[in-house]
Formats: sequence, structure tokens, C-alpha cells
Amino acid sequence: MNQRILTVLRRAVPGCALVLASAAAQAQLAIEITGAGANRMPVAVAAFEGENALPRAVTDVVRADLERSGLFKMVELGPSPMGANAPVDYGRVRSRGADAVAVGTVAPSSGGRYQVQVQLHDSQKQASLGGQAMTMAPNQYRATGHRIADFIYEKLTGEPGVFSTRIAYVLKVGSRYELQIADADGSNAQTALASKEPIISPAWSPDGTRLAYVSFESKKPVVYVHSLATGQRNVAANFKGSNSAPAWAPDGRRLAVVLTKDGQSQLYSVNADGSGVQRLASSAGIDTEPSWSIDGMIYFTSDRGGSPQIYRVSAGGGNAERVTFEGGYNVSPRPSPDGKSLVYVSRNGGRFQITMLDLASRQTQILTDTSKDESPSFAPNGRMILYATETGGRGVLAAVSADGRVKQRLSVQSGDVREPAWGPQPRN
Amino acid sequence: MKFARLTLSLIAVGLLAACSSAPKTDADQGGAAVEERSSGASTSGIDNNRVVPVDAGSASGTSIAALKDPKSILSKRSVLFDYDSYVIKSEYQALIEAHAKFLLANPKMKMLIQGNTDERGSREYNLALGQKRSDAVKKALTLLGVPEAQLESVSLGEEKPSCGEASESCWAANRRGDMLYSGEF
Repeated sequence: MNQRILTVLRRAVPGCALVLASAAAQAQLAIEITGAGANRMPVAVAAFEGENALPRAVTDVVRADLERSGLFKMVELGPSPMGANAPVDYGRVRSRGADAVAVGTVAPSSGGRYQVQVQLHDSQKQASLGGQAMTMAPNQYRATGHRIADFIYEKLTGEPGVFSTRIAYVLKVGSRYELQIADADGSNAQTALASKEPIISPAWSPDGTRLAYVSFESKKPVVYVHSLATGQRNVAANFKGSNSAPAWAPDGRRLAVVLTKDGQSQLYSVNADGSGVQRLASSAGIDTEPSWSIDGMIYFTSDRGGSPQIYRVSAGGGNAERVTFEGGYNVSPRPSPDGKSLVYVSRNGGRFQITMLDLASRQTQILTDTSKDESPSFAPNGRMILYATETGGRGVLAAVSADGRVKQRLSVQSGDVREPAWGPQPRN
Repeated sequence: MKFARLTLSLIAVGLLAACSSAPKTDADQGGAAVEERSSGASTSGIDNNRVVPVDAGSASGTSIAALKDPKSILSKRSVLFDYDSYVIKSEYQALIEAHAKFLLANPKMKMLIQGNTDERGSREYNLALGQKRSDAVKKALTLLGVPEAQLESVSLGEEKPSCGEASESCWAANRRGDMLYSGEF
């Protein structure tokens, strides 16, 4: 089954534009799908038995998630619910053209909570693909829907889903800056920090509990580490000069940062509490935008060769190695979660576009058709890249699949959205 | 009579300065926008609740006032740079010399130099390029004898444009180094 779906996904081509969320609040991110596969796998999510007891149907969330991934075509089965334990009417499912169907039951549990049971079936083989059970408070229908979508996505593609992850970004409305956290679908936006001065370069700690970022609230760039659950924050780097570009080490203890305390912008590492500063690399030019790879390499931007290009150096030290050679402006490197590829921003003519480099084959591919792209960030499963760009003079977020086919846009009704960072998988 | 008033106000200034030196950590703490401050002849961006700390032993009232006097060259605080350039143009030599002279005459005064860039390209790379502009201003001042301890060069990158349009003239206005004195940052 998985093999077949992956083949279908590889054949996918850019397709329709579909607005999923329209009546959003002014500062609420709305998602549009601007490109999706034409050969998406047809999947049905039946109405769950008993879910009308919840404030909103969990299956609405599940369908929207799967549709948004660009990998599935949702097949309507109508309003009559299909329970988790009832025999599946495979004929009805196949006649609607769905290759797989999810059925489920929502039943009252103790303490005002509900138990949700889900079963996924292959309608061709007429066999169960597995099930999942969880309990939820009624107002958790959204989080529960994301978890069910993750379950279905993983069963059908063999890769973990990212519907339960969160994103961070900076919203600028007038002269006010807000560092916000939202669900990966743009819902549930919450403000972690509000400021009259700019905030840039948010970076998630590997465990998803903290953000490092650069704030200009003291009229110069200073790196902070901010615990999201408590709102407590500490200065991680405030040396004389500029402090910027924080990047977490995979162990979550240290940060790579860029400091100018000894001259030009150079790479250092510090503990998350600001202690133990050490030099990471040295050059006669600018070194900035470090990003830690799973293999222990640090990718960064440097103009040591004359133009800004991407280099890498072992986190343990040693000589830096140049990675990009095509073109005169390659910046903002982000290695994929598996360390096998790299996305960055390249200037092509006058356009700044997200580009993918396969590190083994050295093949590059421009993924986007926008022209002011910035700040790429991988989804934790490596399949999508979130980035900032501009439409109609306004800052928006966009996402593109690693093969360039699936495209989404996230924007607010008024204001600029920028500096996105896709968070890690939640730890349960 | 006039002298007595000046002395009193200097004492008041000193007392207030002692109170206003706490580090600012509140993200919402105000202060005027940097681009208003850097507009040279205008003083409208100066926060009237903030006080320039003055050491009565080393700074004369007239020279402090000159920092805000539109008729004084010291009220001019911005150095503009060419595209992709980090070299101070000769037209700014007199301005740099005037500020160097002021800093040498007022050793307790500190200056924050903020480098800026236009909006094109990566924010973090632009932050590094802005640093090259503030470093150029700092170097010009130290070459005239100003001690490093009085100077801090930082970058605002593309984050604080004085002009918000995507046009050549606007980008030129944003390729800039701004000089701020103690009490202004």
C-alpha cells in the first residue's frame, strides 16, 4: 500500500487553488492551498459515531489536515456516521472511489471526557490498516483531529505526519511586533512576546519548549531564550556589538550565535543560559546564519570568498568547506532533518527563491515561483519547507513540498507575517 | 542669576540620570523610533522624559545643547553609504571630525552607532552588512583619537528603515549609519 501511494505522490503535479479557511479573525493566519498533486490518493474520513456531542466535529479537522498536505484527495461519504467497531461497508466506500477509509466512535468517558476510537481500512484489500484510541476533553477536538490525521498520514505514507506540530513567526502590525506561536494549520495563534522594536530569527529548542530569538528592544540586537509555557526569558548573548542568528545544537544545551564583540560578524557557541562563550570558526569576512545538522556539521553563510555563499564546518572545529558554487548570492542554509539535503535562498536574476540542494548528488532545484523568499524552515518530517515571502507588497508565509509540487500560503488580513520557524514533533 | 539656574538644572539632570540607568528588559518599553531620531535637524524624535546624563566636571552646557541644536553640525547624526559600500564618503569627513572632537571633550559621553541596510536579501546577512557600516563609522572616530570604550557599533540590519518604499531613493536613505549619544539609546 505504502509503495503504491508513494508512486502516486511522485507523479503528482501542481493543481487547483482551494481556500480552506476564509472567515478568519484579522490576525488569524488563513491557509490557502496554491498547488497540490493532481494524482492525490483518494481517501475518505467517515463522520464518527457520536462526534456530534463535541463542540465541533473532529473529522472536519482530520479532513482539512489531510487535504492541506497535498497528498490526499478527500472523498465525501455523506453525513451518516460509521463506527469504529461496526463492519465496514466496503462497497459503499469503493463506489465513491476511496482507496482507504477512516471510521471512528466518540463515546463519553469519565470526568466529562470522551474516548475516541479510530480504525483505518484499505477498501481494495478489505482489510484493517490499524487503529488508535485516545481520550480527550470536549474542547480538545482540534488537537485530537491533528493526532488522528497524523495516524492516518503515517499509515498511508510510511512517514510521520506533522499536523500536531506548531510554528513560530513574527507578526508586524503598524509599528508593533509580535512573536506568535500557532498550530501548523495557522489556528490557535498565541502571542509569546510583544514589542515596539523588531524581533527576528526565532529558533525552536529541540524539545519544543523554548524559543531563542533576536530582539532589538534595547536598541541593538540581543539574543534571548524564552520558555513558552512560563513566559520566562533570559539573555543568551548580549556582548558589546551585535548578537544574532541563534541556532540550537541538537542536544538543546548550546546555541550557535553570531557576535561582533571581536570585530566582524563571526560564529560562536554559548550555553542557553548565556555562559561559556566559545569561538566556533574564524574568517576574515562575515560568517553568519549558522544551522546545526543532525550529522554534527554547522552550515552557515560567509562572504569570505567575495560573495555570500554557504559553507559548512564541523561543530567540533576544523576547516570550513564551501558548499554552494552556482550564482553570486546563496544565503540562509537549513539542512533537512535527515541531513541529506539543504534548502537555502538563492538570488536568480533579481529574484530571491528557495532552492534545494541534494548533498550527495550536488543537484539543485529551485522550489518556488515567488521572488522575495526568506528564512526557510523544514517540517520535522522533511517533507515541507515553510518560508517567508511577499504577495501584493505584504509579508506572508508560504510552504512548499521538498519536491516543489505542493504549495500553500498563510497570511493575515492586515499586517506582515515573517520570520517563520517550524517547530519539532511534540513529545507526549 | 542665569548661572544659578544652569547649575540647578545640571544637578537635577545628574539626579535623574542616576535613576534612569536601569537596564531595559521590558519589551514594550517605549522610546521614539530610531528613524525619527536620525532625521538630523529634527528633535521631534527625542523622548522628553529621558535625560542626557551630564558630568558637570567635564561637559559644558553649551556643547550638550549643541547635540540638539539644528544650527550645530552635532545635530546631524547620519552617514549615508553607496550601494554595496562600507566606505565613508568624503562629504562626511567634517561631520565625523565634529563628533570626534565632541567625544574627546566629553569623555563620559558614550556613542551607540547603528548600521542599517536596505531591505533586499536575508535579514541576518543584512544585519552583518549593517555592522560593517557602523564599524566604518567607529573606525573613523577611533582614527581621530576617540577611545574604543566610548563607542559601541551595532547593526539594525534592514529592520529599521527610515523610508518604507521599495524604490532606489528609499533604499539609498536606508543605507545609513546613525550616531546616538548617552541618553538617546
